[in-house]
Amino acid sequence: MAGSSANAALAALPEIAKAGPAGTGGDAPVTARMAFTVNGERRELDLDLRTSLLDALREHLHLTGSKKGCDHGQCGACTMIVNGRRINGCLTLAVMHQGAEITTIEGLGTPDALHPLQAAFIRHDGYQCGYCTPGQICSGVAVLEEIRAGIPSHATGDLTRAPDVSEAEIRERMSGNICRCGAYSNIVEAMTAFAGDPSSRSQA
Amino acid sequence: MKFDTPAGRNPIDQLKVVGRPTDRIDGKFKTTGTAPYAYERHDVAGPQAYGYVLGAAIAKGRVRAIDSAAAKAAAGVIAVVTTLDVPTLGLGTMNYANLFGGDRIQHYHQAVAVVVAETFEQARAAAFLIRVDYAPEAGRFDLAALADSAPPAKADSGEGSGGDGAERVGDFEGAFARAPVQLDATYTTSDETHAMMEPHATVASWDDDKLTLWTSNQMIAWAKGSIAKILRIPKRNVRVDSPYVGGGFGGKLFVRADAVLAALAAKAAGRPVKLALTRPLIPNNTTHRPATIQRVRIGATKDGVITAIAHESVSGNLPGGVPETAVDQTKLLYAGENRLTSLRLATLDLPEGNAMRAPGEAPGMLALEVAMDEMAEKLGLDPVEFRIRNDTQVDPNEPGRPFSHRDLVGCLRLGAERFGWARRTPTPGRVRDGQWLVGLGMAAGFRNNLVMKSAARVRLDPHGTVTVETDMTDIGTGSYTIIAQTAAEMMGVSLDRVVVRLGDSDHPASAGSGGQWGANNATAGVYAACMRLREAVAQRLGINSADAVFTDGEVRAGNRAVPLADAAKAGELVAEDAIEYGNLSKSQQQSTFAGHFVEVGVDADTGETRVRRMLAVCAAGRILNPKSARSQVIGGMTMGVGAALMEKLSVDKRRGFFVNHDLAGYEVPVHADIPHQEVIFLDEVDPASSPMKAKGVGELGLCGVGAAVANAVYNATGIRVRDYPLTLDKLLAQLPDAA
Repeated sequence: MAGSSANAALAALPEIAKAGPAGTGGDAPVTARMAFTVNGERRELDLDLRTSLLDALREHLHLTGSKKGCDHGQCGACTMIVNGRRINGCLTLAVMHQGAEITTIEGLGTPDALHPLQAAFIRHDGYQCGYCTPGQICSGVAVLEEIRAGIPSHATGDLTRAPDVSEAEIRERMSGNICRCGAYSNIVEAMTAFAGDPSSRSQA
Repeated sequence: MKFDTPAGRNPIDQLKVVGRPTDRIDGKFKTTGTAPYAYERHDVAGPQAYGYVLGAAIAKGRVRAIDSAAAKAAAGVIAVVTTLDVPTLGLGTMNYANLFGGDRIQHYHQAVAVVVAETFEQARAAAFLIRVDYAPEAGRFDLAALADSAPPAKADSGEGSGGDGAERVGDFEGAFARAPVQLDATYTTSDETHAMMEPHATVASWDDDKLTLWTSNQMIAWAKGSIAKILRIPKRNVRVDSPYVGGGFGGKLFVRADAVLAALAAKAAGRPVKLALTRPLIPNNTTHRPATIQRVRIGATKDGVITAIAHESVSGNLPGGVPETAVDQTKLLYAGENRLTSLRLATLDLPEGNAMRAPGEAPGMLALEVAMDEMAEKLGLDPVEFRIRNDTQVDPNEPGRPFSHRDLVGCLRLGAERFGWARRTPTPGRVRDGQWLVGLGMAAGFRNNLVMKSAARVRLDPHGTVTVETDMTDIGTGSYTIIAQTAAEMMGVSLDRVVVRLGDSDHPASAGSGGQWGANNATAGVYAACMRLREAVAQRLGINSADAVFTDGEVRAGNRAVPLADAAKAGELVAEDAIEYGNLSKSQQQSTFAGHFVEVGVDADTGETRVRRMLAVCAAGRILNPKSARSQVIGGMTMGVGAALMEKLSVDKRRGFFVNHDLAGYEVPVHADIPHQEVIFLDEVDPASSPMKAKGVGELGLCGVGAAVANAVYNATGIRVRDYPLTLDKLLAQLPDAA
């Protein structure tokens, strides 16, 4: 490994002092036992209290479907569904979710058993690079539930009536999920097709 | 395979698989979160320690000292590497800013240290214990203030745009002075950041003197060469793997600090290290699209024939850097006997300016295509008609050099018809829909097609599975799928019999992803390799390869029909080749064309602009996969809305950095900003481009669309804003009374 080779090429690399054992000074991390249900499975972890829910899933449970695009709640790539509501996993600490029911993209469907909204994204090409895609799909599933539950949005014209699954409602509610590849037009088509297809809804 | 004469009929022309709207073969992985991006490679070298990068807090100067004692002693910390621990490293190809090493700070957020710890939280906490003593120096940060004194520049964007500082044809000044109708206008565009969703990230691992980087990069062969140059190690000791790239847009054309620091950190830590650039580091630490100040002059006869056209642009960059080549399209897009284009370059101490999606044309068309709109109005001509009247079928700088295929007129005519352009009210500010002032705008789209060598390897196994290996990347562009389509077409198998492996530097070197050159070149390289494999199959089966027909999983010749898989019974067949180009692209100009049409509403009270309808009609040779190509175009259209209406890195001219360096401060279009988008591809082929007869579309969708938005805002309001982005503050004072 590092520094052990007499190879001339490696010798050309800048010389760096070989690391000793990991530091033990400063504030040792405070850890706690955490337990929650992820995609139907109970998971227990001993984690640094500073660990975000997103990093708990990505780094410790190796559920890397939820993405880290900004780590600041600005992009939506980490959107997951916690106790029935979509949240940004990067903006919340894992320790705040004791006992929570967490659904990530991995819990919606798999490559061989796609959730109907995942299938609709493929059919309508509602993605390109794929990095925002799990967040878009988790958000999309939750958005349609929010509309069905009668929760209004900025785009809802009449607060005394139940909101429709309209393109305006979808665009407004999905605006926390940035797609720099610009697949928005196709994402709205995918969501509209999914929402309008009773067979896919019953599977959802 | 040498490609030096226009393609005749070939197996691709069957169009059984190629040319059909096809769902992406990587879709089931991307939509389920199972496609592994660089930071997610828990499946490779381990155990991986975490790196955290610290950026410089000054824009220019020296690092006097770095106190990292507290960081090194902090819990969980394995190693700290500071810029003073290593000599100034080499520069990667086509880069100007040093990524790490030495005491010089060239720009804000240049990396000054990396901390390696057992966990991300520990690395991050320790990074903030590092104390850096800076000796700041005064810098140059104000492009407008330096523009007049900026010297002429030579340019090569590295993406094919380029040329000398000034080019002249005929006598521009004389012809412009004599022109009965003249326009002389100046436009400014802003610094922009790529803002791809996946941050730059790398896992680095040393095995003795061999370095492997699992990273996020568009150009694998460039990355391998650059990392060797930067670290001063032999190329053969570097492997780069990048099977999934979460967006690039030019921001991942080059090796960035994440790869370099992960390599150094892994060496220092004695174990694999992974790290990502944090989002707030990206705009200043990496590259950006530089701001421009562009002057366009057009002289025409009263009936709208352009006699003189000039486009001059000034931009800034670090010492040694190149200008934004914003005048390039003006050399080729319209006729006119007397022409002038020039570039000037101011030295700035802002972060490195470099390629972002459609470098040159993206900002250049924002100026030229608004100037064309302004000129059409002066002439009393419809803007579509004015453009058609000045179409050219030859390179105006070299009239003996024709376009290989050019149907800009077809794009404009079909677009006008489908968009309902005839219903537009030419007088601005006349159409009202409730609170909205409504306007229509259009612009031409233009971007060159670039050809370059691209190689691939193809395998046939005893089960009849065809496997393609190339270092080509899929950055959202659909490479996996069009490469599979190409191999399926060539070998006569269905798409599900094809496996595609991308992004590994151990595979043959492809053209890579950039400059909308990826699709045509990479598939042409696969075509070449498949031609070799067909020969090997025919030979193995004892069939004359000229007679062999590859179809339905069989090889047929005369009345013989043999399963393709039989050819590999005795062992896997492997073939490798590259497409290499002759002079066709020099004797003929290869370009792509579009007509962009946009409808906007501008709030009569607030000046808020909303895009209501968008249409692009594109002429770009054969469209290999209309489904993913359409997505490339709507993605470009979306980025064009950003450039027109919201995207701007704001410069702190005292401290010398981009202030809004995250996704909250730097606004990109979101769902609510983008309406349904229509795309039409003209049914055409360009046999001069490659055996695929295809050209690029990935940047065409962006080039011109922002100008169409700006022209629509003018048509809606009668307010001509020449300073991008067109934010509402630039409209408010001149808006007509709400009454």
